[in-house]
Amino acid sequence: MEEEKVAPVTKPNPKSEKREVVIEIKHLKKSFGSKRVLRDINLELHKGENVVVLGRSGTGKSVTIQCIVGLLTPDEGTSLKVFGKEVTEMDDRELKELRMKVGFLFQSGALYDSMTVRENMEFPLTRVLKMDDQAEIDQRVEEVLESVGLADAADKMPSDLSGGMRKRAGLARTLIIRPEIMLYDEPTTGLDPITSREISELILQMQKKYKTSSIIITHDMECARITADRVVIMNEGEYMAEGSFEELHKSKDKIVKSYFTDIS
Amino acid sequence: MAEETEIEVPAWKRWFEDIGEQVAFFLRFIRNIFIGGFEWSEFVRLCYEIGYRSLMLVGITSFIMGVVLILQLRPTLVQFGAASMLPTTLSVSFVREIGPVIIAIICAGKIASSIGAELGSMNVTEQLDAMEVSGANAVQYLVVTRIAATTLMVPLLSVLGDLIGLVGGYLALNIRDSMSFSLYFTKVIAALNFTDFIPAFVKTIFFGFAIGFVGCYKGFHSTKGTESVGIAANSAVVTACLWIFVIDAVAVQITSVLFYK
Repeated sequence: MEEEKVAPVTKPNPKSEKREVVIEIKHLKKSFGSKRVLRDINLELHKGENVVVLGRSGTGKSVTIQCIVGLLTPDEGTSLKVFGKEVTEMDDRELKELRMKVGFLFQSGALYDSMTVRENMEFPLTRVLKMDDQAEIDQRVEEVLESVGLADAADKMPSDLSGGMRKRAGLARTLIIRPEIMLYDEPTTGLDPITSREISELILQMQKKYKTSSIIITHDMECARITADRVVIMNEGEYMAEGSFEELHKSKDKIVKSYFTDIS
Repeated sequence: MAEETEIEVPAWKRWFEDIGEQVAFFLRFIRNIFIGGFEWSEFVRLCYEIGYRSLMLVGITSFIMGVVLILQLRPTLVQFGAASMLPTTLSVSFVREIGPVIIAIICAGKIASSIGAELGSMNVTEQLDAMEVSGANAVQYLVVTRIAATTLMVPLLSVLGDLIGLVGGYLALNIRDSMSFSLYFTKVIAALNFTDFIPAFVKTIFFGFAIGFVGCYKGFHSTKGTESVGIAANSAVVTACLWIFVIDAVAVQITSVLFYK
């Protein structure tokens, strides 16, 4: 499938001044039956910041972001605040309001496969934002598809799209309701290096355009290098190390170093 | 992972957990009926998918059932010199019991499996989670509409199946005997009371509900893996069929107490 190219952009410089904390996680624990996946995760996300979370498979990275949007309920003793509000204490209405502010891009893109790309974009506008002005809906759909380089694919079915295009469409559907925070679950997994780079650059472009704060779960070090203002490493369900990409690259720690072995 | 050992959950505990989850799912469905925002366009689309697209299958099966029943009944009734009772026997047995149950089982095979597989596949590909985290009401959009559509369409298919089955019976009767269409249907209608038709119709509403509910529940609760889609579809059919027989047994009991002394 031929894809439209997205112009590369430079990473915004992390601001040194203290910024507003939009997500604050303290002592996050999560077990599935007797299986303890998260033991003690502490994480802060500041407004306008991109945090990349690295960790081995099965270490609980995806579980962490699923807890943030209330898809999973953390164990007792956890404090998980988004915009200063405790997620575990939210009722259905508050959770819905939270989810309108927090976008979630799934690994597969999770496009509704019985709908066209356009219908996928319209779905959150009509069902979540309750928009009924078709002209306004069309304008929003066109704008968001344009920004991810899929203006010509609006009437295609998800099955007609390539992996990269699906991720872009998934990103567009998430951004269309203009969330303040974006959570990316392995946005470049399963893509070739060129498309991975395009998606990573697109994440940066979108952060600039929509002024979002993001948590990016990835194994892709190139994606981490392009997108990260700060990198957090998780190991065996626990917070392990934190710093800028360059700082961690120079780390002497054996486990931290192992993530950067292929990076020159 | 720090503590990987998983304790095997006993089967009886899993069974009770499953019952609890079904009750919770049912309550979630009920609550969504009353919060408003019914998805009419999706409901109409599903009525077309579920009703119209099942018409051919239900029609052919009912027709054959009507033919087969007449051919099976005839030798016995002829033995007793009661061949003229064929339309009466067929209409009462078909409208009261055979038609609704057979058609519901066919619908369970076609509709419950397709709902289970569709929602199961949406679950595996994270579409249900995506709908949930976007703030959209997945239960309202996917579950309420499907259950409403099956609850409406299965009774209609059942009535239509009854009619087609009776037409099949007429044609089968005329293979060996000769009876006019008007005489046949006069006998068929004369043999039926409201107490035959109404309880049978009411139970098909419950059959339709069970088919939709089980399909949605199995799809929503499929585990994440490709084989779970098949399991959800298969389990939806088996459970829906089981529910159809349970509902039928209860309905027959209630009907006999109320109408047949």
